[in-house]
Amino acid sequence: MTSATTTSGTTADNASLPLSIQDLTVAWHRKPVIWDVEFDVSPGQLVGIVGPNGAGKSTLLKAVMDLVPRASGRISIFGKPWKQNRNRVGYVPQRESVDWDFPVSVLDVVTMGLYGQIGWCRPVTRRHREIAREALDRVGIGDFADRQISQLSGGQQQRTFLARALVQNADLYLLDEPFAAVDAATEQAIIEILREMRQAGKTAIVIHHDLHTVPTYFDSVVLLNMRVVAQGPTASVFTRENLERTYGGRLTLLDEATEAMRRRERTL
Amino acid sequence: MKWRALLLILLCEPLIASCAQGAELFSAVDVLSTVTTPSLESASSSSQSDSHLSRLIFLRDYNTRVVILGTSLLGMAAGVVGTFTLLRRRALMGDALSHATLPGVGLAFLLAPSLGLDGKSLPVLLTGAALSGLCGVAAIMFVRNMTRLREDAALGIVLSVFFGAGIAVFSVVQKSGGNAAGLETFIYGKAALLSAGDARLIAIIGAGVTFVIVALFRELTLLCFDEGFAASRGYPVLLLDILLMALVVITTIIGLKAVGLILMIALLVIPAAAARFWTDGLAKMTVIAAVCGGASGLLGSALSALFKDLPSGAMIVLVSAALFFVSMIFGTARGVLVRALRRRSLNQAIDREHLLRGLFELLESHSASHGRSDGTAAVSYSELEDLRTWTPRRLRSQLARCKAQNLVQTTTDGRLLLSNEGRTEARRLVHNHRLWELYLMTHAEVAAARVDREADAIEHVLEPELIAKLEALLELEHTESGIPESPHRISPSGTSGAWQGSAGASSAGTETLP
Amino acid sequence: MSGLIAWFSSYDGLIIITGILCAVAAALPGNFLVLRRMSLLGDAISHAVLPGLAIAFFLTESRASVPMFVGAVLVGLLTAVLTEWIRDFGSVDEGASMGVVFTTLFALGLVMIVQAADHVDLDPGCVLYGSIESTPLETVLVAGHEIPRAILMLGSVAILNLLFVIVFFKELLISAFDPGMATTAGYSARLMHYLLMVIVAITAVASFETAGNILVVAMFVVPPSTAYLLTTRLSRMIVLSLIIAVASAILGHWSAKAVPGWFGFGSTSIAGMMALCAGLLFLLAALFSPLNGVVVRVYRRMKLARRILAEDVIALLYRLEERQPGRSVPLSEICTRLLSSRVATQWAVTRKVHKGFVELTDGGYRLTAVGQRAAAELVRSHRLWEHYLVTEGISPDVIHRQAEKLEHYTDRELRDRLQTESSAPALDPHGSPIPEERG
Repeated sequence: MTSATTTSGTTADNASLPLSIQDLTVAWHRKPVIWDVEFDVSPGQLVGIVGPNGAGKSTLLKAVMDLVPRASGRISIFGKPWKQNRNRVGYVPQRESVDWDFPVSVLDVVTMGLYGQIGWCRPVTRRHREIAREALDRVGIGDFADRQISQLSGGQQQRTFLARALVQNADLYLLDEPFAAVDAATEQAIIEILREMRQAGKTAIVIHHDLHTVPTYFDSVVLLNMRVVAQGPTASVFTRENLERTYGGRLTLLDEATEAMRRRERTL
Repeated sequence: MKWRALLLILLCEPLIASCAQGAELFSAVDVLSTVTTPSLESASSSSQSDSHLSRLIFLRDYNTRVVILGTSLLGMAAGVVGTFTLLRRRALMGDALSHATLPGVGLAFLLAPSLGLDGKSLPVLLTGAALSGLCGVAAIMFVRNMTRLREDAALGIVLSVFFGAGIAVFSVVQKSGGNAAGLETFIYGKAALLSAGDARLIAIIGAGVTFVIVALFRELTLLCFDEGFAASRGYPVLLLDILLMALVVITTIIGLKAVGLILMIALLVIPAAAARFWTDGLAKMTVIAAVCGGASGLLGSALSALFKDLPSGAMIVLVSAALFFVSMIFGTARGVLVRALRRRSLNQAIDREHLLRGLFELLESHSASHGRSDGTAAVSYSELEDLRTWTPRRLRSQLARCKAQNLVQTTTDGRLLLSNEGRTEARRLVHNHRLWELYLMTHAEVAAARVDREADAIEHVLEPELIAKLEALLELEHTESGIPESPHRISPSGTSGAWQGSAGASSAGTETLP
Repeated sequence: MSGLIAWFSSYDGLIIITGILCAVAAALPGNFLVLRRMSLLGDAISHAVLPGLAIAFFLTESRASVPMFVGAVLVGLLTAVLTEWIRDFGSVDEGASMGVVFTTLFALGLVMIVQAADHVDLDPGCVLYGSIESTPLETVLVAGHEIPRAILMLGSVAILNLLFVIVFFKELLISAFDPGMATTAGYSARLMHYLLMVIVAITAVASFETAGNILVVAMFVVPPSTAYLLTTRLSRMIVLSLIIAVASAILGHWSAKAVPGWFGFGSTSIAGMMALCAGLLFLLAALFSPLNGVVVRVYRRMKLARRILAEDVIALLYRLEERQPGRSVPLSEICTRLLSSRVATQWAVTRKVHKGFVELTDGGYRLTAVGQRAAAELVRSHRLWEHYLVTEGISPDVIHRQAEKLEHYTDRELRDRLQTESSAPALDPHGSPIPEERG
């Protein structure tokens, strides 16, 4: 694609693009939250969205699913608006977004991922539970299937959410900070699964906080601080200069991160 | 300022109370008889003569005077207390606690004779109500703190169980043959039956409640705003919480007889909720809620006295509901209209900025590529349309607006140009926009909270020194035009983000993450 | 069997059946109200329907029950819609917007009814608070049997609600648990919300017209809340809430006659007592629920405190023995060193004596060989933790207190991992030897 393509000619191309955001501006009360955001995501990618707190990362994902009103812009998912293609999108919200005291088992939560396929008024069958159980095994918490969700650790809760997204069998996954406050084993398990998903040709867009793992986890990154600071392949975009532009002049974070990485390597 | 206003309320209440006391001299109304009077119409239907209106206006009618004073004071006190319960996100606590007073009323009536007291005396009944209301507070705390259930369930349980208990006790009272007809006024309320003594009681207790709130204003504010922080600073959060609920119980109790149990909830919720639309400041909100509650009491009982068959309690609530809806629509801080206008103007400001900046940059690139100076390198409509994802209608209306402001001109062949003014404005917008972007880059941790698009002049938000520093940076980075190159796409493209410069990876044109 | 049928068709039996049907009908949707944190909605709707009744009355000029029912349900639904509208448009807290709406509607209804009172007898007390005591009196003829209208009505509502919960179980579950997810999966959370509101409104109107408003308001909230404390599965919670609802109805009916008698009064309001009994059952569950009951938690906490104290005692004896082998320590010294109360310490020591960890010699206590081994494990855990925390960069001043806590939760496997992670130290940061792992 080049800049010369016309609007009419792009629909076919867009259909293969998991996500295409043009000219997106979201404003809340008097504040712009994100402005002039544009980027495309091509299939089979793990994309990281990185930026400081309040940079509008979650808002960006929510805007993709029409969960927040936008001031301008167009978003298409596989060439269509979200409403017409929502079955192809799997969303993993932040853990705090649900009540973990709710009286359901881990298996019940994962089965919810299948509700979209089951349809109105039809019961959940044993076959659905088996699919859910497989997904739980895949994320490594098959033994916890019958526990109530409040008995899970933070990492296990995150795995539950991931399993729920897995059974949805979507083509584009949006994950809001899946690595926040999880143990190292869970983080490893999640990234393994994301890589398997990429192998299967799926696309995942992940909001991520831990700068020093970005280069190993993601094929490409979007550096966001209200507007897109830089985006592209991780190798070329994830530079110290761009990070400084994203996180502000005083970038001690990256130094800290590399230092922490070195420390960890020493202890291993 | 705020404090003085609050103190004013505080001082007013005893003042009015003494008026009520004076009124008592004219005709003594027995408290007991009002509780037990089964007659439901007294003030409203007693006189329908032409002089009724004038009697009302000049408060010549003793009954009316007492009723109006009492209900206004009640509204004020409820407004003050309600402000805090509303901000504590416990608006419906009054619902639960007012129901919780019922068994106390019944039990007091039932047990008083055996203690040698008069079961129908108001102080006895209200003591009973207060005690069982406090039991309700304890029950709410128990459910909330000792079980996994949430606040709403705690309120629901206390409400229904205490109400059930209350009905059971009332039923025993009725069947035991005691003359308990007056007890029902506690559920429905009869302001018309208010006596001067009641009004005085309302005034005194209302003033007391207001005093407690003024005295503990800061502590209660902290409790409502950030409970965890308050606790970490060593404030007795639990105690304050219980105190607030106790204030609700007390306010409810003095209102029971005037407006009844269910409508009392309204007075605790509605004035405070209405006040929220007018201000973001707590002290102001408290005062507005008090005024709103007072006005509801005044107007409601006046209407009820003026027309036949309008029950005063219900009218008070309907007046406050009317005030609420007016506030909700027209409130200056959070009203629906204000927010819609703000949203609209924000969207228009965004569109306008997009249009002018787009035109400016297009013109800039035209004159650069054609080697012509500005003026001849006009832009076609279709170029503009391709620039962003705006709908034709939105673009046209924005264009029309800009033309009306003489910012954009049309050439004879229908192409578009910036006027001199438009050029200046566009230059300013582009300059501001890029300053904002620079600010975001250099002060990322704090920037997000301060960027304010509507006040599109960065100068109004940031300190002058900071602006100077940013401008110096801007000069430094982009000496060529005085305006830094846009990270946003300039060349028209229908598809997607051609955004250049900033990312090391992308140079120009559309870019797709590989 | 026939005796049972006869009893149930007796006056009291019919009242109980009415109460049970009302309780069951309300508890079914009530589960979802509690889970969605809208417990007060039942109360709100049951007050707010007053103008619906009044308008229906004005329009039809009669007290026929069908228009009244429809009017009430419509206004009940309006309550839910208006509440949501004010919440969204005015960005008012949900509770507050509910408070505004239902009290306003109630006031409106009161005004209307007082206006109408001149023409016809329409008393708010009568309209709103039907009485369960008189339900058997009003009967309709169905298939040759005289059936009380209340039972017919509440029975149909109970069946309707049961079908609703069964058919839409999945949808109700997901929209209560994660509304965002429900919407993205194609089950509009909003639609489910309004469906539930319709059911709540129907239940509320049908119940309070026949059995009284107290009963239905209580049964919406209390049995589901009780069940919530007793189980961790939604399906079980619903079943349990039904059982509790039935139990409170039966218990309430009995106690309405019995309890006032104890104090020398006659009988009392049956509906009121049913609500009160539901409350009592809730209290029992809150106190004694095996999951998280207050008593259970207190017991667990005490048990843990005792275990920790007992472990502290043997660890202390071990440390003292390190310094002064063979010494026996008097109880008073243990108390002062552990800053513990005498009674609790005595209890802990006695327990350890019974278990053969500690023996009583020359007026003091000493570890046995078994006790030595157990104490060594604890001390080892403690000192390994101290070492580990120091290597993690935590200040040596605070590590003792942390290790003190951690040592009680450290098993063999964790100790081994600590050992390898901190490269098998021999001494802790304070210079005390770390005991070897034994056995």
